[in-house]
Amino acid sequence: MPIAKVNGVEVEFEPGMTVLQVAELAGEEIPRFCYHERLSIAGNCRMCLVEVKPGPPKPQASCALPAADKQEIFTNTPMVKKAREGVMEFLLINHPLDCPICDQGGECDLQDEAMGYGRDDSRYSENKRAVEEKFMGPLIKTVMTRCIQCTRCVRFATEIAGVSDLGLIGRGEDAEITTYLEKAVASELSGNLADICPVGALTHKPWAFNYRSWELKKTESVDVMDAVGSAIRVDVRGPEVMRVLPRVNEAINEEWLADKARYAVDGLMRQRLDRPYVRIGGKLVEATWSQAFAAVAGKLKATAPDRIGVIAGDLSAAEEMKAALDLFAALGVKSLDCRQDGSAAHPKWGRESYLFNSTIQGIEDADAILMIGTNPRTEAPLVNARIRKRWIRGELPIGVIGEQADLTYPYDYLGAGAASIAALGQSDSDFAKAFAAAERPVVIVGSGALARADGAAVLQLAAGLAKSGGEWNGFNVLHTAASRVGGLDLGFVPGEGGKTALQLVEKGGADVLVLLGADEIDLSATGAFVVYIGSHGDAGAHRADVVLPGAAYTEKPGVYVNTEGRAQLAERAIFPKGEAREDWTILRALSDHLGVRLPYDSLEQLRQALITDHPTFGQVDYAPGHSTAGSFSLAGVGEKGETAETPFASPVADYYLTNPIARASRTMAECSALHATAGRAPMAAE
Amino acid sequence: MVGILEDKDRIFLNLYGFQDWSLEAAKKRGAWNATPDMIALGRDWITAQIKNSGLRGRGGAGFGTGLKWTFMPKEVKEGKPHYLVVNADESEPGTCKDREIMRHDPHLLIEGCLLASFAMQAHTCFVYIRGEYVREREVLEAAVKEAYAAKLIGKDNIHGWDFDLVVHHGAGAYICGEETALLESLEGKKGQPRLKPPFPAGAGVYGCPTTVNNVESIAVVGTILRRGADWFAGFGRPNNTGTKLMCISGHVNTPCNVEEAMSIPLKQLLEEHCGGVRGGWGNLKAIIPGGSSVPMIPAEQCETALMDFDSLRELRSGLGTAAVIVMDQSTDLVRAIARIAYFYKHESCGQCTPCREGTGWMWRVMERMARGDADPKEIDMLLEVTTQVEGHTICALGDAAAWPIQGLFRHFRPEVEARIASYRSGRPHVQGATLVAAE
Repeated sequence: MPIAKVNGVEVEFEPGMTVLQVAELAGEEIPRFCYHERLSIAGNCRMCLVEVKPGPPKPQASCALPAADKQEIFTNTPMVKKAREGVMEFLLINHPLDCPICDQGGECDLQDEAMGYGRDDSRYSENKRAVEEKFMGPLIKTVMTRCIQCTRCVRFATEIAGVSDLGLIGRGEDAEITTYLEKAVASELSGNLADICPVGALTHKPWAFNYRSWELKKTESVDVMDAVGSAIRVDVRGPEVMRVLPRVNEAINEEWLADKARYAVDGLMRQRLDRPYVRIGGKLVEATWSQAFAAVAGKLKATAPDRIGVIAGDLSAAEEMKAALDLFAALGVKSLDCRQDGSAAHPKWGRESYLFNSTIQGIEDADAILMIGTNPRTEAPLVNARIRKRWIRGELPIGVIGEQADLTYPYDYLGAGAASIAALGQSDSDFAKAFAAAERPVVIVGSGALARADGAAVLQLAAGLAKSGGEWNGFNVLHTAASRVGGLDLGFVPGEGGKTALQLVEKGGADVLVLLGADEIDLSATGAFVVYIGSHGDAGAHRADVVLPGAAYTEKPGVYVNTEGRAQLAERAIFPKGEAREDWTILRALSDHLGVRLPYDSLEQLRQALITDHPTFGQVDYAPGHSTAGSFSLAGVGEKGETAETPFASPVADYYLTNPIARASRTMAECSALHATAGRAPMAAE
Repeated sequence: MVGILEDKDRIFLNLYGFQDWSLEAAKKRGAWNATPDMIALGRDWITAQIKNSGLRGRGGAGFGTGLKWTFMPKEVKEGKPHYLVVNADESEPGTCKDREIMRHDPHLLIEGCLLASFAMQAHTCFVYIRGEYVREREVLEAAVKEAYAAKLIGKDNIHGWDFDLVVHHGAGAYICGEETALLESLEGKKGQPRLKPPFPAGAGVYGCPTTVNNVESIAVVGTILRRGADWFAGFGRPNNTGTKLMCISGHVNTPCNVEEAMSIPLKQLLEEHCGGVRGGWGNLKAIIPGGSSVPMIPAEQCETALMDFDSLRELRSGLGTAAVIVMDQSTDLVRAIARIAYFYKHESCGQCTPCREGTGWMWRVMERMARGDADPKEIDMLLEVTTQVEGHTICALGDAAAWPIQGLFRHFRPEVEARIASYRSGRPHVQGATLVAAE
């Protein structure tokens, strides 16, 4: 490997690295604004100047300069210092220096670097430039006078998010970042723009003027808004979640986060169930815990086990599902289901039959992708970003069966329904040939293809197209619910003679229905006595006869298994609201009232039981991925059957309103409304 | 005889447009003469001739043209065709040489394009012509059409080297004269300079190996090959050879464009071709010898200056495009430089920080200094700002904006100080420098 000297210290580096990266290897910090390791190199901020020998007798932009063998790099010479101070002075002359009222204050790159390279006074006595604010939608607040034209946002939007809504117009000192048409950034990843902005030009609009970064308590956790399980950091002040930011997890979200995961958090303060309710005379009336438990226990004891049904919702952690499973098994209940959308995914075909086996990171190794009944852009924006990342590298045939949506990259549209899956095998189209010839093809089956009466048959057809063997397992199911894989791992599906979720909510399907935060299922037909355990006053609570207030995902420690089968720990950032309790403790208390006491008194004991019964929950942060390629037989996946002609439809009709937290969020409502008007702000007198 | 160059040695025989520009007339003047023979001698011969002629790029930087050609890959890789791009985005204030070539002698350029493209194994050449040059483009396009019709260029032409010439019209931005910004603009993008490396010879237009040459550099190629490298190298001093179009404007009696031998004394150039400085040599104050971006030289240095790269570099100026801007004693140099500073502020692309922010700052201070409304301390501050811009930018526009100001203060600092003093003497309240709060 080539060797360079950084400030006299020899360091080995890999060919192709830039001078900046080599200097970082040697432990030298290089200030930068425009350079971002996940974006293309612009080289325009000129802050990363260093001196190199051999080279011209002037400082060089280290971010764009390829390092060479036997190169000498200097990062601390007077010339470098003077150059950086000069650039810093230029950056600051037209910067408003309004740090005291700037939301970026305290976590601002410009502020930090100015400490190192700024002057203590200003030599610029002319008027400062002012730039008009731009409308970028309900999520991004702009104060464009603060902009230092680094173009990170433009590059993020065009390269990662795949929308060309942002650009730098004008020239010279009149250059401005703009959305051209005063249109909201039409991306589910727009919140990242505020993250990558090194100054306070783009900040988070919903959180404007709400907090200072240093007064927040930070808790590392996992996102539950989709089944991807992005790594997040929950920042709280007192009892309130002020914001959610991404953490770096190369395997899942890199360093990005989808908008819903980030901005739905204001929903955690609205529509909360903070005390038990019992329906008396057709109205939900506030009750004490013992009154509520008495009502539930009385009803459950009086009902035959085969008339009781339990449905787990999309945001349930493994702990409460395990507790519910144990409790209702003890009562002899067989009708339990975690698939409120009616999905055909089932543990009986093996764990691999419902996992995203190629892993999200593995998408980057794919040489062909076929998507069946899924719109990853709305179902899992970060999976979509990975596919786009792979597509940008080139030579990736992509085929789609299902909805014809804008996925931010081109694809071959192969048809709308199940018939097109079968037809692909016989087709001699370019995509069919490329797909058949691919060594590492990825087949992604979405919930839209499985949540149908013919789901099992579709699953088998899709498995027939996938390849698994050797080092590659190309069969993938993309779930939309954070709880789904955990539920399937637990076996939270109907037992012998049990009814599925959709059968349970039919008229006369059950006499008592226990909902673990299940809000996405139509309860209009059921005449059952409904017990709702959950955090938000949404569809389930409205129909409930007894409401037992639970904790939201930021308020309880819990294990969530993402679509790859990766068990991850969510941590408690704040306590549940009012009298609400962590969900598993509600079930534990209920078990006492029912006389079938659950054998665990603490979360540790519950987790011990969970891991003993289901070892996969103990493998935290581990996704089996391709390791199962050898043992997994695609032939056994799904069931042979007739398929319907109905086209596949994505389960996500409105990306911004997919769960009770998002529906309680004012920000998400705004996004949803704006999305309906194609991104333009409503005008007066309209 | 006037000047040094004799009429028989002129390359651009129709510089003034007294004759027809069309193919027939151009052929009579020598263009397209023996071109097939020169191509038959092979590309190595052509490149060697250009190298030996000592031709240095006529766009301003003065990099050896023949040497530049050798940077192109020796073999054409599959899917990576070579391109020649001719920079006809002549926008440097004071410069008007390329337009005369394009409107009066376009066939010399077209012939040069063919020869240079052949030497670099390029089958396509783009001429990127300045947005404001409308008539020039019309003539050039008509000439290209003539050449196609006469099978001089195009597919299956008489020279046996398939060659297409595309005239591309710019939109009128000075920065698009920078070679990589030109390539961006040519590709249909916003004209912003690219980072180097990679250099255009490695990855230029559409990511393919590309050489960008000035119009004049290319237009002289045919004649150099016809008359031999030694003939061309016979003019001027070593390392500064050949003939050169010089554009003299400003306070001379007869401003003109003239083809002259390199290294002609500046004084001789002005006296013999331009009728001398307005009001006599003694009335001369300063000269900008190479287009607005090079530092000015004062009258006493003009006595000895030679019009070539090395002599002017010794005087800490430059030959640039050989656009001589003459300023007599009536000139307000500070105002003139303030105007130039405004030009660079206006034309900065805004991509990189020092130029985007620095050009505006320098212009504003210069404007105040032109009025005298400044602090004497600000002169040193301004000079420091110019050094903070110079050499810290992606392209050379930052340098071009800094140099005229540095040139002004290098030679005429007392004039600015006097301006400030006189402004202040009439306004007692500003005397004694700026007040600082809470002192």
